[in-house]
Amino acid sequence: MKNNVVGRKTSGVDKALRIALYATLILVAGFYLMPLVVMLITSMKDAEEVRNGTLLSLPSYIHFDSWEKAWSSACTGSSCHGISPYFMNSFKIVIPAVAISTILGAINGYVISLWRFRGSNLFFAALLLGCFIPFQVVLLPMARTLGWLGIASSTTGLVFVHVVYGVAFTTLFFRNFYQSIPGELIKAARLDGAGFFTIFYRIILPVSTPIIVVTVIWQFTQIWNDFLFGVAFSGFESQPVTVALNNLVNTSFGGKEYNVDMAAAVIAALPTLIVYVFAGKYFVRGLTAGAVKG
Amino acid sequence: MNTNTPHSGSKSARPSGFSLTDWMPKIVLAPTMVIALVCIYGYMIWTAVLSFTNSRMLPSYNFVGWAQYERLFNNDRWMVALTNLGIFGSLFILICLFLGVMLAIFLDQKIRAEGVIRTIYLYPMAISFIVTGTAWKWLLNPTNGIQKLMIDMGFVNFKFDWLINPHMVVYCLVIAAVWQASGFVMALFLAGLRGVDGDLIKAAHLDGASTFTTYRRIILPSLKPVFFSALVILAHIAIKSFDLVQALTNGGPGYASDLPANFMYTYTFSRSQIGMGSASAMVMLGCILAILVPYLYSELRGERSEK
Repeated sequence: MKNNVVGRKTSGVDKALRIALYATLILVAGFYLMPLVVMLITSMKDAEEVRNGTLLSLPSYIHFDSWEKAWSSACTGSSCHGISPYFMNSFKIVIPAVAISTILGAINGYVISLWRFRGSNLFFAALLLGCFIPFQVVLLPMARTLGWLGIASSTTGLVFVHVVYGVAFTTLFFRNFYQSIPGELIKAARLDGAGFFTIFYRIILPVSTPIIVVTVIWQFTQIWNDFLFGVAFSGFESQPVTVALNNLVNTSFGGKEYNVDMAAAVIAALPTLIVYVFAGKYFVRGLTAGAVKG
Repeated sequence: MNTNTPHSGSKSARPSGFSLTDWMPKIVLAPTMVIALVCIYGYMIWTAVLSFTNSRMLPSYNFVGWAQYERLFNNDRWMVALTNLGIFGSLFILICLFLGVMLAIFLDQKIRAEGVIRTIYLYPMAISFIVTGTAWKWLLNPTNGIQKLMIDMGFVNFKFDWLINPHMVVYCLVIAAVWQASGFVMALFLAGLRGVDGDLIKAAHLDGASTFTTYRRIILPSLKPVFFSALVILAHIAIKSFDLVQALTNGGPGYASDLPANFMYTYTFSRSQIGMGSASAMVMLGCILAILVPYLYSELRGERSEK
């Protein structure tokens, strides 16, 4: 219906159709929003209200007790310090892992698209497969390797793992972006005596801001939301927040406190949600980067 | 050494002989090459090797042929996980594709506040599956969730206990996963729709085609590549699904909602059955490759023919 609205009289039927269309869209929006709304409402109720109310009944007044408890004193497995230590762990893992994998990806992409050598394309194809393998096929060998390296059950180990399996994606992003830079530009710079890194710093990096943003956001979301590596390779002290949240929800002594569960879930989701709200455009671009050509 | 000229192809005029600049690209790429070789392909082979051994708690290298695979496919829990993947995967993919296409078409009708609606449809994709699982566990829980909501609203006989029903629990996974990923499919198709040639659509309308016919006969067929991409991505998400199960049902009741990824994890890390766990991982890899290789092949061939 892209262009056909123009130049036609809107009849009654058309009007009814449009109302139905908007109604459907709003209803669907309700479906997507409902879990988040219910999480927020539930997290602000006290235990009594959770037990007696329904999903959508509003709290009598807004309690933040369960948020406080989720943050600093709820039990996740055997320890009872809330999810705050693990929230910090996630940052300790995410920040270096994102930085290193983005830098590696940028340089790899630069080489693969602008300094091709025999076999570099084959290498890229081989790396591409790394984006898609089910990580179950590397879990056990990686666990052994982390043990040998002496970084098992540490945040350092998780940084290492996320860099290793993130670099395929970051390389893909940068490679696709740099494909559009004309090779003549590099040739001219070389004739002027510029070296490999000079060209990268002076010519390539200044035009890379959009793809850096896309990559950083993508990696941040992926690593923050990771659970498999977190649960397989972390120790009690180094769990990321997703693992702690899962432990908190499944810890059963002292009765279930759904309001605390929900508060913890919202806290764990907050960083990526904030990134999404403020940089949604780049997030979507990352999501579709590998999927839609061009 | 002349092979690393910039990709315009012709040999450059720089003096021959050793120069660091010639070697730099290879040196710089080396760490990633090593990583890929060892941590992707090396580990894959390692797991493959383990799947042919009788490893239990620790890796051992007593080869037993295909015995682990035989045990695997005689294992009831594995067959449940595989069946679940079939049900979950096909429903998840079909519903996501259907919803995604419909929503994209709806949103393509010059909707006011399109940006806001799009943002709402897509936000679940930014959230961890663990959070999604936790939220839906609460919603689907019969004592406090949707069932209670409906009963309190007056539908006294309303029953919605799929989460604790071994025959229905896999559909709970479908609901939560569709909630998370369908907005993403919508975004893919919307981007595709915006890329369709406007003249084509105008011509169709001039020929008297209705909106419905235009979509069915002209616009949607031209989105075939988007369709395939979405299919591959969704299949990939389905096969790798692990966190959602862990958070939503923990595989339960019993092991009624296990998926292969959860089976692999349980057998490798909690049950000390490394051999069988590795075999299950290899089967998962096989599933992904069966989908991926034809896709990548056609993609790469397409790219070549464009040049």
